Amino acid sequence: MTDCYKPRDECGLSSAIKDAATAKMPLVVRGAGSKSAMGRPLGGYAMSLTTERMRGVSLYEPTELVIGALPGTPVSEIDRMLAKHNQMLPFEPMDHRVLFGTSAEPTIGGIVAGNVSGPRRIAVGACRDSLIGVRLVTGRGDVVKSGGRVMKNVTGLDLVKLNCGAWGTLGVLSEVIFKVLPKPARSLSVGLGGMNDTTAIAALTAALGSSFAVSAAAHIPASIGSDSTTIVRLEGSDGSVAYGARELAKLWRSFGRAELIEGDESANLWLRVRDAHWLAQPMDRSIWRLSLAPSKAPHVLADIRQKLGVRYFFDWGGGLVWLAVVDADDAGASVVREAMANTGGHATLVRASSEMRHRIDVFEPLPPAVLKLTQEIKKCFDPDRVLNFGRMYAGI
Amino acid sequence: MSKIRFTEPNREILARRDSIINDLTRLVDPAGLITSTDECRAYETDALTAYRKMPLAVVLPKTTEEVSAVLKYCHDTGVKVVPRGAGTSLAGGAIPSEDAVVLGLSKMNRVLAVNYDDRFIRVEAGVTNLSVTAVVAENGFFYAPDPSSQLACTIGGNIANNSGGAHCLKYGVTTNNLLGVRMVLIDGSIIDLGGDYLDSAGLDLLGLVVGSEGQLGIVTEATLRILKSAEGARPVLFGFPSCEGAGKAVADVIAAGIIPVAIEYMDKAAIEICEAFAKAGYPLDVEALLIVEVEGSDAEMDATLADITAIARANGATTVRESRSAIETAAIWKGRKSAFGATGRVADYLCMDGTVPTGKLSYVLAEISKIVQRHGLRVANVFHAGDGNMHPLILYNANDPSQQSKAEAAGDDILRLCVEVGGCLTGEHGVGIEKRDLMRCQFDDADLVQQIRVRAAFDPRWLLNTDKVFPLDFRCQG
Repeated sequence: MTDCYKPRDECGLSSAIKDAATAKMPLVVRGAGSKSAMGRPLGGYAMSLTTERMRGVSLYEPTELVIGALPGTPVSEIDRMLAKHNQMLPFEPMDHRVLFGTSAEPTIGGIVAGNVSGPRRIAVGACRDSLIGVRLVTGRGDVVKSGGRVMKNVTGLDLVKLNCGAWGTLGVLSEVIFKVLPKPARSLSVGLGGMNDTTAIAALTAALGSSFAVSAAAHIPASIGSDSTTIVRLEGSDGSVAYGARELAKLWRSFGRAELIEGDESANLWLRVRDAHWLAQPMDRSIWRLSLAPSKAPHVLADIRQKLGVRYFFDWGGGLVWLAVVDADDAGASVVREAMANTGGHATLVRASSEMRHRIDVFEPLPPAVLKLTQEIKKCFDPDRVLNFGRMYAGI
Repeated sequence: MSKIRFTEPNREILARRDSIINDLTRLVDPAGLITSTDECRAYETDALTAYRKMPLAVVLPKTTEEVSAVLKYCHDTGVKVVPRGAGTSLAGGAIPSEDAVVLGLSKMNRVLAVNYDDRFIRVEAGVTNLSVTAVVAENGFFYAPDPSSQLACTIGGNIANNSGGAHCLKYGVTTNNLLGVRMVLIDGSIIDLGGDYLDSAGLDLLGLVVGSEGQLGIVTEATLRILKSAEGARPVLFGFPSCEGAGKAVADVIAAGIIPVAIEYMDKAAIEICEAFAKAGYPLDVEALLIVEVEGSDAEMDATLADITAIARANGATTVRESRSAIETAAIWKGRKSAFGATGRVADYLCMDGTVPTGKLSYVLAEISKIVQRHGLRVANVFHAGDGNMHPLILYNANDPSQQSKAEAAGDDILRLCVEVGGCLTGEHGVGIEKRDLMRCQFDDADLVQQIRVRAAFDPRWLLNTDKVFPLDFRCQG
């Protein structure tokens, strides 16, 4: 067991980091630890720091669609508070406990640190798009703020986005502020069965190229369950969703007969898509997440499947591919990265043994000029390399 | 007479002007190098016309490689560079200095790829905002950010200032609609950030570059998300006998869980100016006007508008007029989007751009009129109410130096007020030179120092758009 700083406030957070910087002692930074097994392993560090005691909603103005919270606040607490006013975090963050078999409730700081989003990302943007303000403590122990509580803000450099998805390598968040959305009055899914990957992505593309309030689009191939399911979710007012469902069924006529899925059945289906439920078991499989242009996804998958035993499904209309590698001595890295090489997209090794994550690039390797910038940015936030040093890239 | 300070030009660079120009002739097509005083004059200011500086020279490259060659040369020889799109900055973001080369992107205006299946368009940075939508409109798609200057302003400038527009309440601003860029760093290296997919790999450098006002590098190509247009869109005019009623109606609409595509606000002064110019049929017997646009199928628009109308009436709306034709819709938006130009016909003006929490709109409007009166001037308010992005136009006479200082002082007071109530100095116009010296109102030194360190990671010698955004005494802190 490592010793752990558990600051209760920003001041305590700053002094803990200053201590570590003075001693040049690297820290493992985490929230509740639901995603601790993601990224490059940080096994050798003696000290850790958790923000889980920095809890609570710091600002909530339902009429202004804005909420702020301390980093250790459980996401469920924020969801509950928003639900009282019929509002929600727009980006539908994934719950990594399903994939990692962890139990501690994900914190909002962890969601921001990983830029964690879900199926609605294609309609309303990622976590980074809803995040409008942060306070954070840098590796020097300096408290820095960026952005704020208003939705339009181009005052100074956007350190908000820079820190969203930085996995705690630049600063430790001490407050995060989001714009939120009203919950849609109605949500339902429209599904098609029996399609192969290529046809399914074509059907999703047709839906996403329509104006019928599509908020999510996924394809679960037959290899996952019994039959393949190609689904889109429509969200909005009662009238617009009913109208959209009718029109979409017409639009999809050439693909097959569309079926309506409503209520809990629809909601549960999207929870499973969000959390990559079908790939969670068995736990010893390595899991990849590929981000690429949807039209390229079927080819990339066909290519990978020729060389590797995989289970997979598509979210984001085909733009996000979840992949469980059945057996390969490099977690499938060489095949996956080669298949992705000419797509322009990127692949992340989300789940794998610690040994594998040490040996293989977890995040997409960066071109030299971008790597150099990334190193310079790390240096200017965290010159003593105390914050999650090496979690994203070696030396960063 | 003028308040904004400029640094003294570097005499050593000025003395080398001829040799610098000679060197530049080898790096760009001769047609893309402007050196005569007459021709350079077109580049001495932007839309903050009260300030002018002649540049050392202007280069208009045609390719990313030419941009790279020019930046590498300037980096190696210590010459400052001022990037420029169409020069529509209201904050002086493109105003040159005498010892700087202006690098304009107007000749990089090609559309490189359109992909409807993957819903993106890739363009060179000098393409204008409106022409992006024009390219994809025939297939029923559009590019969401729509700043008022969209006829002229470039995508490169939009990225530099994270531009918004009237419709970003629903669709977000530039940063939410940009998938990738190709950009050139000051040392000439060419990098790609993001691409034709969602969420770029590594740190979100794309997010950092958006809104960085040309200080981190020069974007030469952009991949933009395009969206299918709604089946229909309909603006409605709501006239109110009081500003408070209009402000309250905005807050109530948002609070009711309705997110219209746009909620635009005009006060009496702005209504009169815009109506005289655009003949849009704005009511003249009201104190405040809201233009609310909804979209969707006819049935959906009817339902949403019924809810919004009830809220507006409950807040005292006396005029409710729906657009019933494409011509009426065009006139309504023409009036709004030409507000700045129409104001320019009746007076000189300074356009502020602070954003405030929407719950504070009525309070801030009342305070703005007090501030402007205190300085003995008039104001017209026309702004994006749904997201709290205010644009008070402070009217003055530029031929009277005392009025210009009063207008600038009133502007500073208004922006301080925006920050005090929890808002910010600029929502979409950028800091430029105009708000540079107010940055300490919003940020502590620690905040600014960290921003400067990040800036220096890209441009250690501070050559890119040097005298903008950060107070002049804040420099090069490593």
